[in-house]
Amino acid sequence: MIAAEVIVHCLAEEGVDLVFGYPGGAVLPLYEALRGGVLRHVLVRQEQAAVHSANGYARVTGRVGVCIGTSGPGATNLVTGIATAYMDSIPLVVITGQVKTSYIGRDVFQEVDITGASESFTKHNYLVRDAAHLPRIIKEAFHIARTGRPGPVLIDIPSDVQAETLKYHYPKDVSIRGYKPTEKGHMGQVKRAVKAIREAKRPLLFAGGGIFLSNAQQELAQFAETTGIPVVHTLMGTGCLPTDHPNLIGMIGSHGFKYANKAMEMADLLIFVGARIADRATGGIQEDLLANRDIIHIDVDPAEIGKNVGCDIPVVGDARLVLLQMLPLVQPLPLEKWRADLKAVKEAEQTPLEFGALVNPKHAIRVLSGMLDDHAVLVADVGQNQFWSARNFQIHGTRRFLCSGGFGTMGYSIPAAVGAKMADPSRTVVSVMGDGSFQMSMYELGTIKANKIGLKMVLFNNSKLGMVRELQDNRYGEPFGVMLDDNPDFTALVAAYGFPVRKVETNEKLEETFREMLAHEGPFFVECIVDSKESTL
Amino acid sequence: MNRHILSVLVENQSGVLSRVSGLFSRRGYNIDSLTVGETEDPKTSRMTIVVRGDDYILEQIKKQLNKLIDVIKIIELKPNQAVYRELALIKVDAPPESRSAVISTIDIFRAKVVDVGKESLTAEITGDQSKVDAFIELMSPFGIREIVRTGLTALERGSREIKEHKKYEEE
Repeated sequence: MIAAEVIVHCLAEEGVDLVFGYPGGAVLPLYEALRGGVLRHVLVRQEQAAVHSANGYARVTGRVGVCIGTSGPGATNLVTGIATAYMDSIPLVVITGQVKTSYIGRDVFQEVDITGASESFTKHNYLVRDAAHLPRIIKEAFHIARTGRPGPVLIDIPSDVQAETLKYHYPKDVSIRGYKPTEKGHMGQVKRAVKAIREAKRPLLFAGGGIFLSNAQQELAQFAETTGIPVVHTLMGTGCLPTDHPNLIGMIGSHGFKYANKAMEMADLLIFVGARIADRATGGIQEDLLANRDIIHIDVDPAEIGKNVGCDIPVVGDARLVLLQMLPLVQPLPLEKWRADLKAVKEAEQTPLEFGALVNPKHAIRVLSGMLDDHAVLVADVGQNQFWSARNFQIHGTRRFLCSGGFGTMGYSIPAAVGAKMADPSRTVVSVMGDGSFQMSMYELGTIKANKIGLKMVLFNNSKLGMVRELQDNRYGEPFGVMLDDNPDFTALVAAYGFPVRKVETNEKLEETFREMLAHEGPFFVECIVDSKESTL
Repeated sequence: MNRHILSVLVENQSGVLSRVSGLFSRRGYNIDSLTVGETEDPKTSRMTIVVRGDDYILEQIKKQLNKLIDVIKIIELKPNQAVYRELALIKVDAPPESRSAVISTIDIFRAKVVDVGKESLTAEITGDQSKVDAFIELMSPFGIREIVRTGLTALERGSREIKEHKKYEEE
């Protein structure tokens, strides 16, 4: 069998049904093998979109997302997407073509050292010099991508290696001497953690994106309900519990809710679960206050424990498995006073929205949220639209909220939403963007059209790069380099692709327009005109 | 900023050195020296890395190194439990009038003359870092032309092997 066909068969063996990609000279043999139709190939319009789509696919299915690019510029276009996935620990296998083995290192046409370039933001990467190693490498790549702390793995395959012949045999087992992630928590540490929880007066659970990566939503809810411990979460942890869950306080961080940050300051014991306590998560909290708390840190990646904040009781392990280990050891705790105090803090901070002449984007997300079904996926982009969405989208049922949290990659929403929708066409998927981020990925309208992807797109147009504008206003008083006043007519642009479009300029029109959008089968585009002075929080 | 010696067992594959050294530079860890060579098993190499940092940095270095798939095991070699060695070659001015003084200093250190030219000679010295440093200091009045140092390499004392150590997280 030709190595390229072996690759396709190995992918199929891993349960891959869909790959996002963009062809080129160095992946011609692989594309010939894809022509066989074992896997569905989705042609994107730029390689970065292929990675983001694989990212959205992976997050909705819980499986490894796969994308393909050619050598040189194809590979470097993938880079931002790979780094985005790395920062949010999304399992991906990224396949790149490379120039012929004998040409490597000679600076030939479309040659780039992509394994070197991606070294610091892949979980691992391979340059395949011998086709005989391909099945083992693919097996290892999927294993590394999805186990432990998930992440992207890149496989760089020279075009001549793709054309070699070998006997197809897919290995059953993986054995990597240097890679044996700890999944179950150390029982001694689990018991220490439980003891600290029992003795705490004001314990607080702090959930991160790891809850989704380990599929621990149920276990988190059970743990919170059994003990009565309140829960705050990071941006990536949004949706860890339903919005109306009695234990849920809300999102912490520099763009989170003040009352959630206040809860962190009031707590005497913090239980971090699947969170890396990044700077933005603790941005709204005084550092010295955090240093004086007792801290239990549950994470599958030992390097995250003690990295950003101190830790008294480390528990290395998968969030779901550790919660399952702790559950039989905990009882209801007398936390009535603590919970009442937090409730009072939360209620004191509820401020009503202010309405002007144009669309209030926070209100728009609330309206949309009220109309969506329980399985909807909202994919936000990066900027003000991200926090308008995160703070106002309600989670019930199996709803998901996705965004680029760690890397903050503008242009994430459309391609990630494409991946999410293709992963599960039965779900309503809404892509929410600003006029800046939309223009970073609007080329993907072509992918949506060609593949008839029924994506709902909501654009908040304030003719500015709103978040930078706000930062400049607060720090320097005057905006600079953020003006998008000469934006094109976005509805005319999208209409050129043949999708229905609507422009909404007042809050009164929102409900009617969203109803129309959600009732429509195929792709639908709604542009909301927003006051350029609208604040993020 | 204490000095620590890490002994790191890695897969003997191309790219490993770049992954390890890249990790130090991009995370801003200070590295004094790094030596690497094949071990008793041709599939593995062993690195001896001399780093500087406080306890927090040292812990981070160990944890981040452990995350590399090609890294099999890391142990720290404390001074009282290990032997440290470094080799240096020093090309020093040795005209006829000072040559015998140079050679007698070399002898005192049990170093060796490995090459002789008309106006210079090259000495080889092996020892722990302080011995090499002291030798260089005594050579410098003669006029040092060039120095190359291998960096520190180290092995645990006694019969215990690196394989018998637990993984870092289990400690």
